[in-house]
Amino acid sequence: MLEILLDATVRAGTPILFATLGAIINERAGIINLGIEGLMLIGALSGFAATFVSGNLLLGVAAAFAAAFAAGSIHALVCVQLRGNQIVSGLALTMFGVGCTALFGRSMVGQTIDGFERHAIPLLSQLPVIGKAFFNQDWLIYFSFLLVFKIWFFFYRTRWGLELRTIGENPAAADACGIPVNLYRFLAIACGSGFVGIGGAYLSLASTPMWIENMSAGRGWIAVALVIFAGWSSVRALFGAYLFGGITAMQLRFQAMGTTISAHILQMLPYIFTIVVLVVSTLRLQKGASQQPGNLGQPYDREDRK
Amino acid sequence: MSLQFRVEKREQGSALFRALATTASVFTALFVAGFLLLAAGVDPAAAYLEILREALGSSYGLSETLVKATPLIITGLAVSIAFRMQIWNIGAEGQIYMGACGATWVALFSGLDTPLMLPAMFGAAFIAGGLWASVAALLRARWQVNEVIVTLLMNYIAILLTDYLVYGPWKNPDGFNFPLTAQFADAARFSEYFNTRLHSGFFLALFCALALYLLMERTIWGYQIKAIGSNPGAARYAGMRTGLAIFLVLTLSGAIAGIAGFSEVAGLQHRLQHGISPGYGYTAIIIAWLARRSALGVVIVSLLMGVLLVGGDSLQLSWQLPVAFAYAFQGLILFFLLASDFFINFRLRRLKETADA
Repeated sequence: MLEILLDATVRAGTPILFATLGAIINERAGIINLGIEGLMLIGALSGFAATFVSGNLLLGVAAAFAAAFAAGSIHALVCVQLRGNQIVSGLALTMFGVGCTALFGRSMVGQTIDGFERHAIPLLSQLPVIGKAFFNQDWLIYFSFLLVFKIWFFFYRTRWGLELRTIGENPAAADACGIPVNLYRFLAIACGSGFVGIGGAYLSLASTPMWIENMSAGRGWIAVALVIFAGWSSVRALFGAYLFGGITAMQLRFQAMGTTISAHILQMLPYIFTIVVLVVSTLRLQKGASQQPGNLGQPYDREDRK
Repeated sequence: MSLQFRVEKREQGSALFRALATTASVFTALFVAGFLLLAAGVDPAAAYLEILREALGSSYGLSETLVKATPLIITGLAVSIAFRMQIWNIGAEGQIYMGACGATWVALFSGLDTPLMLPAMFGAAFIAGGLWASVAALLRARWQVNEVIVTLLMNYIAILLTDYLVYGPWKNPDGFNFPLTAQFADAARFSEYFNTRLHSGFFLALFCALALYLLMERTIWGYQIKAIGSNPGAARYAGMRTGLAIFLVLTLSGAIAGIAGFSEVAGLQHRLQHGISPGYGYTAIIIAWLARRSALGVVIVSLLMGVLLVGGDSLQLSWQLPVAFAYAFQGLILFFLLASDFFINFRLRRLKETADA
């Protein structure tokens, strides 16, 4: 029972994990990205379509990354080069993603592919309780573990990561050090968006190997809230995403057990829980534990005086 | 590179230049959307002609455009009043649903009759929308919780709550199990005009626009809202209670969006059902941004968006385009609008020329 629930938790949490990691990369560079929901859909559709045409899952993941990278570049162009309002641009990206995927996904509705299969890791998958849930999964989930570590390593153990964090905190100081602020920001937005796209692809290539219009169903927004819960740290994002995976898994479990509570009420739980978590994390932030990048949401113009 | 440009700040261009830039960005968005249509196997020229013909080519089309514009005007106003204060109400969609639920509750279960019924429904929708938004408002005003995320997540909850009601306790017992409530009695319906679906909600929307214009431009509250929006620090220093103002304005914004839900069920649907709003609350964000926060602008832009929605509905029938396609349009319009802001606020100056330029 616990093993099944834990397994469902990891599988439900993984798309949110990828999306949260992508959003963290954006926000570390000082850019709010509210386009996460749209990027997930773009990733889900292009991943599914590429796999459907080529029969190759890896190609699907690559296509999801590339398409979301390209869509994220629009947000980057507007926010970085054109110094536009990041909130409006992000909302535009979400609308664009919802609309475009509905339009181009028409021919993919009802098609099926062979999704990612489980590959047990020897020894580790024999561990009691957690073995099955964490080490008898598909390659994308193993990749997400790696990505959590890679992003932590990038931000805290490499020069580029330090420079990117500097840009998020104080772009003028970074500029004075000779760091190309706009280039870094552009790349951070585009690459972060690409990882969000992989999160979307997890939905259409692993969770339910098919394309359904609007299949992200608000997970992108949950990811945006999780960034604050995670305190902009990739390791805490892992816990946050699995927390939500757990809620979703329990909700599905309740429904499967045939409870008398309406399915509509149960489906509200993840959203209500997200709001509660957001409030608690915001309160904690205000008590001085803030990891929020100092310049979040502000466009950088060298000629502005602060 | 044969040309080099320098980006320079400039004074905002004239009102005419800004209007031109806004118009140009809408047309550019339509042009780019044409390529999307082309890629989806639809002839864009034919599609655009059809939009114009359907929405403006007949008196029925015109009336449908006004019908679509009705909820857009009301929600556009709701979002723009919060915008004035730099508060983002992305939750108008959910507030429409809650307003519709409030109005439906009165219509089905209050037993009121003609002179009282519609005002009571109005009041219930106003309160329901306001209460829904007040959650985000309280969190934002008291603890600075991000209102964008809260209002947005509340949309999903509101839609699920409406689904719960129409699939469950409020389902019409004689409705063959469809997710619908019973039809409203005549006392709970708006009058309709000219043998079309045009209903009193449209005039209610215009009244809201006038009321909000007067509130923003002619009262001390409107002045405070604008002052807090442009410089919260200075407003607080001047003795304005910014927290309270944020709470009241976001709650009012939700209450107004709730009226749109009332207008939809009383004027158009005459019952509550699944999916009563196909995303008016999201379109409202674009309307508020396009209208540059003016009440009159909201009315004009809503009418234009009404054209797009009526035309879009017909494209959906004749070309089997998905409803959500309208979002792609709207997203593009927003992107180009942001780009046009750049050209309003900055100028590109050519630095040096080489011989081949």
